[in-house]
Amino acid sequence: MKTTFIIWRFDPAKDKAAHYQEYSVDAEPADKILDCLNKIRWEQDPTLAYRASCAHGICGSDAMVINGRVELACQKLIRNFKTGNNFVIEPLPLFKVIKDLVVDLEPFFEKYRSVRPYLITDEQAPDRERLQDSKTQQFYEPALRCILCASCTASCPINRANPNYLGPAALLRAFRYIFDSRDSSTDERLSQIDDDDGVWGCKTMWWCTDVCPKGIPVTRCLGQIKRGLKQKDKEK
Amino acid sequence: MKHQYDVVIVGAGLAGLRAAIELGEKTKVAVISKVFATRSHSGAAQGGIGAALGNEEEDNWEWHMFDTVKGSDYLGDQDAIEIMAKDAPRTIFELEHLGVPFNRTSEGKIAQRAFGGHTRNFGEAAVKRACFAADRTGRVIMDTLWEQCLQRGIAFYNEHQILSLMVHEGQCCGLVAYELTTGKLHSFYGKAVLLATGGAGKIYKTTSNAQASTGDGMAVALRVGAPLEDMEFVQFHPTGIYKLGILISEAARGEGGILRNKDGERFMERYAPIIKDLAPRDMVSRCILEEIRGGRGIDGKDFVHLDLTHLGKEIIDNKLAEITGFARTYSGVDATKEPIPVQPTCHYMMGGIACDAGGRVILDKDGKAFPGLYAAGECACVSVHGANRLGCNSLLDTLVFGRRAGIEIRQYVRHVAMPKTNANFEKADADRISDLMTSSGKENIGRIMAEMQETMMDNVSVFRHEKGLKQALDKLNELKERYKEIVVSDKGSCFNRNLLDAIELGHMLDLAEAIAMGALYRRESRGAHFREDFPTRNDEEFLVHTMLRHTDKGLQIFKKPVCITRFQPQERKY
Repeated sequence: MKTTFIIWRFDPAKDKAAHYQEYSVDAEPADKILDCLNKIRWEQDPTLAYRASCAHGICGSDAMVINGRVELACQKLIRNFKTGNNFVIEPLPLFKVIKDLVVDLEPFFEKYRSVRPYLITDEQAPDRERLQDSKTQQFYEPALRCILCASCTASCPINRANPNYLGPAALLRAFRYIFDSRDSSTDERLSQIDDDDGVWGCKTMWWCTDVCPKGIPVTRCLGQIKRGLKQKDKEK
Repeated sequence: MKHQYDVVIVGAGLAGLRAAIELGEKTKVAVISKVFATRSHSGAAQGGIGAALGNEEEDNWEWHMFDTVKGSDYLGDQDAIEIMAKDAPRTIFELEHLGVPFNRTSEGKIAQRAFGGHTRNFGEAAVKRACFAADRTGRVIMDTLWEQCLQRGIAFYNEHQILSLMVHEGQCCGLVAYELTTGKLHSFYGKAVLLATGGAGKIYKTTSNAQASTGDGMAVALRVGAPLEDMEFVQFHPTGIYKLGILISEAARGEGGILRNKDGERFMERYAPIIKDLAPRDMVSRCILEEIRGGRGIDGKDFVHLDLTHLGKEIIDNKLAEITGFARTYSGVDATKEPIPVQPTCHYMMGGIACDAGGRVILDKDGKAFPGLYAAGECACVSVHGANRLGCNSLLDTLVFGRRAGIEIRQYVRHVAMPKTNANFEKADADRISDLMTSSGKENIGRIMAEMQETMMDNVSVFRHEKGLKQALDKLNELKERYKEIVVSDKGSCFNRNLLDAIELGHMLDLAEAIAMGALYRRESRGAHFREDFPTRNDEEFLVHTMLRHTDKGLQIFKKPVCITRFQPQERKY
């Protein structure tokens, strides 16, 4: 099936401005968008740059804009689109482009690091495992599905308006540790994000939840943090 | 650009990260990775990590050791397997203390489930030994270890591709890497290098492995004289999604999933009457292909069904959500209602860089060390997996031996001085890249890669015989000649994937040859290596490790004895 790909191109070494380039690919309905990009790179244009690795939605490398929406190129098949045989592919918004579909995610990971994404505990570890209630584990479990693809943060309208906003991915990581019963830094974690650059920046617009390729209810998780903060205020 | 560290780790999967944590506190350590660290392929590990915790039912490390030895078809070194099985519970508790969010039992302990080849009381029945976090166990462990590295301030060089090891007077003193975003070469000097670069599944057409799994560490080690061990043992996982090779974890069968042929028959009952669908992977893969050869594939085609429909929504949603998502996305199958079409897919390299239980790369059959060079994880061969790895032993391997390599290296770098050399190590790589970029050749990289993958799939996968293996070696020789004439069309220096493809292909061609040579040499059937012309195991001649060393005249084969301590080889039945 003849399929047209219109791809956003920019090579800082030679382009003054970005442009779109059109490719024609012979694609099957079950082909992933990533397969088609690979075909273009292998057979037509080896200069096309994009990231990919696991090719089945677990490593988080290949988030990009496909027909106007942020998607993982390896998780969307040709047959998932009702747009027929035409595809427009663009890099993730919000981030600086390195080349073509490759963006600089350093600002994303900088925010991620700022929420101290590791277990903080003041208790001596026992000889065996610490016990944890299965319900507690299941409560923060949705956050464990995150693959750091940056789809949510790139899609969030608040992030575009306020560059200092931590964004959904970093806040989701905060959620994961706030509600992990083994972590003893809950109060500090909550205080750290108790402002408009933190969790109150979220205006419940649901874009993060909508685009998350792992189906994480991001907005609801952020809502749990807000609820935790309100609870804390009441207790004061 | 030059960098100076005590230790340079290549690879940010579980083995590399675990070693980095061990070293990071008091040693100056850098981790370089060809992809961003969290994109490493350990993250794709689904089902679990094995340890005889006994949280769900009685278990002990000696049973785990026996299962691993038997699973390896007696080719695994029993001293190393004993270390791994004994150290497994400590490893799990350590992970839990670092914050790994394992699933829990109703008592709040770490939950466990059944996995292929893991049994109680030396083979009596399946046992629940795999600790897990839903079906994304590798990913949550990797995220946790990476975050621990962030906390420790460990230096990461992401999107840096290793090109070669620097060796001065027989001592490894660093490596040269190519930075993908700038096209610059970097020399990382260090007293020790740990290779933790993972597998090489991309040598085969159908694989569960990532695009990055191209065996770079094994290839660069081979080039500087480090032998590769047991390369002919390539694991084909029984349940890859039909046509795509995407992994459907053994956990699906651990939770009760059943393999069925076109008649709906649970065919594993015929082959492995005791543990049935939970037989080891080498057996199940062969059984699936036997069914297909016997005309019992679904619709007469080359796949069978993995049936989860009887498990119920709760188990599927809580424990197998990821893989049933894959079935939905890629096959359009709702696993709660219909069976998943599956076929074997290239999954894991049992072989790798020969090393000892401290991660020291060894040079000969007596275990003489290659000073300064270490290996851990899938790219290494300790050997704990022998001729066939059991499910949920690979994550364990990376963590137990990643840590042990870290401990060894820490002691080593304390007592060793940095080699003094003025050699320009970058020059050879700069010349190679310049040659590739200016080549007037006509050969297409993608075409050579596709031909290699097809040849390996056709002749060097689950079933092998002399004629096919010789054909494969001839073909690989032809491809290596044609590789000299490849053209890199992208002349840019920013994110030049085309150049990276060329470098990776060179690595894979070397390894493909090593696999085919080992397979031709081993005239017996053992574990994942099945020779149709020699269908039985031959302990008298081949209860030995196959070692391959690079020489001026090509690859040279020699043998290394297998370490047998507690369990004498027996016939392998399940």
